[in-house]
Amino acid sequence: MDLSYTAKQNAFRMEARSWLEENAPGEPLRSFDTPEGFEDHREWEKKLHAGGFAMVPWPKEYGGRGADLLEWLIFEEEYYRVGAPGRVNQNGIFLLGPTIMEYGTPEQKARFLPPMASSEEVWAQGWSEPNAGSDMANIQTTALIDGDDYVINGQKTWASRGAYAHWLFGMFRTDPDSSRHNGLTFVLVPLDTPGVTVRPIEKINGKKAFAEVFLDDARVPRANRLGEEGAGWSVAMATAGFERGLMLRSPARFQNTAHRLVELYRETRDQGVFIDAGLKDTVARCWMDAEAYALNTYQTVSRLLSGGKIGAEASLNKIFWSELDITMHEAALSLLGARGELLSGAPAAGNVGEWLDGFIFALAGPIYAGTNEIQRNIIAERILGLPRK
Amino acid sequence: MEFGFSEDQTLLGETVRDFLQAECTPEAVRSLWDTETGRSDEFWTRFSEVGVPGLLVPEAFGGLGLDERDLILVLEETGRVGLAEPIVSIAAGVPLLVSLGQEGQTALAEQWLPAVATGEARLALGHDGSPFVADAHVADLIFMPHGDDLHALTKDAVQLTAQPANDQSQRLFSVEWTPQEATLVATGATGRRLQQEALDRGAMACAAQLLGVAQSLIDLGVDYASQRKQFGVAVGTFQAVKHRLANAKVKVEYARSVVYRAAHSVALNTSGRSVDVSMAKVAAGEAATFATKESLQVHGAIGYTYEQDLHIWMKRAWSLDLAFGSGAWHRARVADAVVDGSLPAETFGYTPVAS
Ligand SMILES: Cc1cc2nc3c(=O)[nH]c(=O)nc-3n(C[C@H](O)[C@H](O)[C@H](O)COP(=O)(O)OP(=O)(O)OC[C@H]3O[C@@H](n4cnc5c(N)ncnc54)[C@H](O)[C@@H]3O)c2cc1C
Repeated sequence: MDLSYTAKQNAFRMEARSWLEENAPGEPLRSFDTPEGFEDHREWEKKLHAGGFAMVPWPKEYGGRGADLLEWLIFEEEYYRVGAPGRVNQNGIFLLGPTIMEYGTPEQKARFLPPMASSEEVWAQGWSEPNAGSDMANIQTTALIDGDDYVINGQKTWASRGAYAHWLFGMFRTDPDSSRHNGLTFVLVPLDTPGVTVRPIEKINGKKAFAEVFLDDARVPRANRLGEEGAGWSVAMATAGFERGLMLRSPARFQNTAHRLVELYRETRDQGVFIDAGLKDTVARCWMDAEAYALNTYQTVSRLLSGGKIGAEASLNKIFWSELDITMHEAALSLLGARGELLSGAPAAGNVGEWLDGFIFALAGPIYAGTNEIQRNIIAERILGLPRK
Repeated sequence: MEFGFSEDQTLLGETVRDFLQAECTPEAVRSLWDTETGRSDEFWTRFSEVGVPGLLVPEAFGGLGLDERDLILVLEETGRVGLAEPIVSIAAGVPLLVSLGQEGQTALAEQWLPAVATGEARLALGHDGSPFVADAHVADLIFMPHGDDLHALTKDAVQLTAQPANDQSQRLFSVEWTPQEATLVATGATGRRLQQEALDRGAMACAAQLLGVAQSLIDLGVDYASQRKQFGVAVGTFQAVKHRLANAKVKVEYARSVVYRAAHSVALNTSGRSVDVSMAKVAAGEAATFATKESLQVHGAIGYTYEQDLHIWMKRAWSLDLAFGSGAWHRARVADAVVDGSLPAETFGYTPVAS
């Protein structure tokens, strides 16, 4: 156990820091759940890509810099340090990208990874259907083979950033006689395919954060299949592991929020405003939990670097970060008192509106990426070994 | 950067686990409850043969010369079996003697360190956080604070009054003694620093034990819920039961890395050491006390009986949570450090922009 960084790691940190300090936008971009904001974010991604920082752990040929996972954590720390924009293509770069790296053919890697790294092509995730939420094995949308194509019929829903994305990845029933986990195949679908209709859905703050996707005799080449025919479930579980586990929510994000919460506490205290007596303790707990998450991640990464694998433990992470995110934002709103309910645009809101936005966002954490109840089932059965039936 | 254990460290942990699981069974724990001292000299001798009490003793004094990164998994194992011998002697007493040796008390270090390594001598430690001293009755040398001063007292210099506690494994004593020139071993800033270090080390050791205790509480809950049938099925198939144990598991796993990091901070005496230790004590204490409630609940009435072994670990959780600074005390120490800046509180990896 040696918790110090090597000279090479420190040099990489400094390189990332100076690039980000110079290039990251000083002001928050418009929300990526609006058409303008979506484009702002793609512009930023293009710049990040040109700087060589779009996806540091990827091989150079796909637009990365061949960094290891520790360097990726370092990059994330620097990214959140300067408050750089949220990643508009996170479903692509953090979830599908690693899945393609593991299951894709050389042609698929060459075709899909570079424009993903630059956000030339932004990806939406298409698992959920009206009758397949937690019960994802109940997917009913079919993709039937016809010559060199799949012909897809059915409906996906809740696809984040689906309103503006270019591509959708998901699981479809390629064997119409199959049921549950069998007969499902992982397919990549261009959203401009004839027969595809995207209908945005507004989330509780009215922003078009996700979309329903209707597929009506949509033809997609069979070459867009990722992994084996009928093996969609196991490919999808790899993607879900990336989502719940490491990639989607790196610790710096929460350390940054925890740090801002401490600052907010100090400012509020120094203004002599009323503060609930328990809040100092809550703030400190949030800070501790964000640190615990960072330490746990470093331990996991060290294990992965020495050949270990991430399995059901990803479910522990998902519960921990999603609950922590809510607790931190609730604490901030309590500190803000009456100002906490102001929208970002309100004249008296100043820069505190981000807490409300963050709170609304955090509330979805225990629902997406597999609800926390589902994660608890996984922990109980797969980690603790409690009986299923 | 490498956050993990070496093969040697893992092997040491496993060796001690095997040893303890054979030696320190629930029956053995219970039979010691009924003895006057609650401690077994014989066990301590065998424990010393495995090398544990001498782990941190420098090689020059007959120990293994290892540090807290080697010790932490061993301490966790002592918690897993609910061992209640003077662990503090190993984790805090030894380093204190080593420091005193470096501060000029060479005779003291030379006299006691080899005896601790062989298991002939045990150490106890009083501190400002508690009016009682654990295991003072079996200690050959007791350290007591007096303001900033630190005294080292042999058996004949103290009078002990037993204070029976809820946890039968815990043996607490009030210590009557009079500060004298002959017992004074450190003063002023040095005395204060050594007291602080000893407190941090004691707390770190409790945190590691609490990790093991918490895991055992979960394991007992899982075992029982997998066997006990109601409504024709194992109660462990009910989600309300599963989710309680899953929640406890989340807390243990997120305490784990915090405890291991505290060992690293203590071993290297980093500037964030005290806060890192407090975080570990809080996280592990909360994981273990939470697990007591969840495990008891999934056991139902049987878990509430004296006969069932569950309470061995429940009581360990409660007493260790209070030892070397209660959870509340450590939480306040972190809050003061993080919010008011009273102690250095360093973020791991991420560095905020200075405001
Ligand atoms: C902000 C946001 C973004 C999303 N983005 C995407 C996306 O990009 N792509 C995509 O495919 N999906 C996305 N989703 C959908 C998400 O994956 C689903 O909402 C989730 O899987 C739960 O499904 P459901 O909403 O149908 O709830 P249901 O499955 O109907 O669950 C309702 C309630 O019942 C509980 N429940 C269900 N089954 C069990 C069980 N076996 N045991 C215990 N409790 C159970 C659930 O935990 C929940 O509390 C997103 C959702 C949100 C909120």
